[in-house]
Amino acid sequence: MSALLEVEDLKVAFTRRGEPDTVAVDGVSFDVKPGEIVGLVGESGCGKSVTSLAVMRLLPERGNRVAGSIRMDGEDLLGLSDSAMRERRGRDLSMIFQDPLSSLNPVIPVGLQVTEVLTRHRGMKKDAARREAAELLDRVGIPDPTRRLDSYPHQMSGGMRQRALIAIALACTPRLLIADEPTTALDVTIQAQILDLLKQLVAETGTALVMITHDLGVVAGLCDRVNVLYAGRIVERADRHELFRQPRHPYTHGLLGSIPRLDGPPGEDLAAIRGSVNDNLPWASPEGGACAFMPRCPRALEVCAEVTPAAEEAGTRLLRCHNPVPVAEGAE
Amino acid sequence: MLRFIVRRLIQVVPTLLLLSILLFAWLRSLPGGPAAALLGDKATPEKIAQLNTVLGLDQPVPVQYFRFLGRALTGDFGNSLITGEPVTTEIARALPATIELAMAALLLAVVLGIPLGYVAARYRGRPLDTTTVIATLVGVAVPVFFLGYLLKQFFAVDLGWFPPSGRQAVDIDATHVTGFAVLDGLVTREFDASWDALVHLVLPAVALATIPLAVIVRITRASVLDVMGSDFVRTANSKGLAPRTVRERHVLRNALLPVSTTIGLQTGLLLAGAVLTEKVFVWGGLGTLLAQAIERRDYPRLQAVVLLGALVYVIVNLLVDLSYAVIDPRVRVR
Repeated sequence: MSALLEVEDLKVAFTRRGEPDTVAVDGVSFDVKPGEIVGLVGESGCGKSVTSLAVMRLLPERGNRVAGSIRMDGEDLLGLSDSAMRERRGRDLSMIFQDPLSSLNPVIPVGLQVTEVLTRHRGMKKDAARREAAELLDRVGIPDPTRRLDSYPHQMSGGMRQRALIAIALACTPRLLIADEPTTALDVTIQAQILDLLKQLVAETGTALVMITHDLGVVAGLCDRVNVLYAGRIVERADRHELFRQPRHPYTHGLLGSIPRLDGPPGEDLAAIRGSVNDNLPWASPEGGACAFMPRCPRALEVCAEVTPAAEEAGTRLLRCHNPVPVAEGAE
Repeated sequence: MLRFIVRRLIQVVPTLLLLSILLFAWLRSLPGGPAAALLGDKATPEKIAQLNTVLGLDQPVPVQYFRFLGRALTGDFGNSLITGEPVTTEIARALPATIELAMAALLLAVVLGIPLGYVAARYRGRPLDTTTVIATLVGVAVPVFFLGYLLKQFFAVDLGWFPPSGRQAVDIDATHVTGFAVLDGLVTREFDASWDALVHLVLPAVALATIPLAVIVRITRASVLDVMGSDFVRTANSKGLAPRTVRERHVLRNALLPVSTTIGLQTGLLLAGAVLTEKVFVWGGLGTLLAQAIERRDYPRLQAVVLLGALVYVIVNLLVDLSYAVIDPRVRVR
């Protein structure tokens, strides 16, 4: 099946006058097939949100440079005019954000925030849009939807707000939905409900979902394929089952090792990845290259400080590592 | 909503009481006094003591205060020591002039300030924005009376475009209904009187408006920039809405919240600025009454004018809070 979204060699750098650029995304390539759920996983600062904002073309107008290509249905989104991109946003591709409270306008009713996307893209009249909005709220599980149209965001619970944002994002049945940490700001019990809802809705509508998260638990329950990002590059990609059964990159391995397990021996310490994402080397520098993860890597070799590991594909797996975790060890 | 208003109005009472005590204590602790000011060169200790007895100023300050308070509660603020008229009559005559001037200045500041601040934010970093930011900085920094004299010298004396002082030309035979010169002309269909009053109003209003205008521009600009970077504006953009819809529906309304607070605070400063502006343009409003009263230690008039100013300030800020409830639904529930 041909891809719905193809991101190729995406680079995003933030520029500031008189200072060197900050490279946030450093040559990321991945694709999403129609109806597929793809995960972008990594810790804070690895470039996953910036990648998604670049796809939506919602990065700030100034102070950044975007290179590479982002194609949807073969059409380069980066080459579109602003108004052509606005036509597609909300209709062909849409996005859900992390904090549902700050992502809704506090001073206008939720109903208008749903109907405005319907009137914009589906040419609906006010009354029809209102009926449709109530139906959408009903579909995302908001009780008493007609009355809720007149509620303001502060009158709703966190889970309900995120449901409303999902309703907005899916109002025009886009073919691609990007969810940027949609459950991070919610209570644990609500998180599961929201994930189930997302899973059910994308299955019903055939919408492809890019799930951005730092939470491997979310990935395990949801994604077909997973991209693991580190310092602006994809270090490992695999099918979900393969990745969890057999993580090859030391970073992925470390991430999985740091999840507490109910079936583990009692009293066992959790494994931690030492250092933080700030302790990385540049992937490429004037002096040559390195593996960004090297300073934190338990399997680092000398070559890791000198040569940037290339991305190697084997079957459905992509791996960027000089000294990957051997198959037997990772398989358990 | 009604309960909110009533509660806020009740809060006005202790505010005014406290202020009246402070004001009373402060006035009585100043060196000199009305007697010395009234008698001038002819003042001898005996004459001063005699006059103080007549004015009741020989009593202990608390006794004076409670006498004042008792009368004030019946609406009697005493007679001016300068004119002998009841101060309430004086104030009633001067108040429209000051309100007219202050409203004109506030209107200018708001009507120009919000769009200017908005446009500056939209073109951030461009020459238009930079010019606005620098101009507002100058606007805040220039003293009102200095600007007043500059405007008067240039536009009234040198160019002769506007009259240099007063509220209306003396040869215009205007009928006074409300005391607001511009409004009176409209009500009585004496449009030439109205126009003349308006022309007189321009320079003082501009002088008085400068500081609040600059402040409103700066706050609007900062507030718009802040809102443009907010998550819900990003959401609005992720829906593919037209830029105009994003601006008007999502940015502007949220950006106006801090601006309305500023307008309330600026109104208080406007009263202070009016004193100076009225002096420069010989306006004959409350500012003139107040300035005279300070020079001549006219206690009754001072007390009444200052308390009135405080009352206006409190009421304006109540109105601002009410406007908040209109703009922001989060305030409404409380």
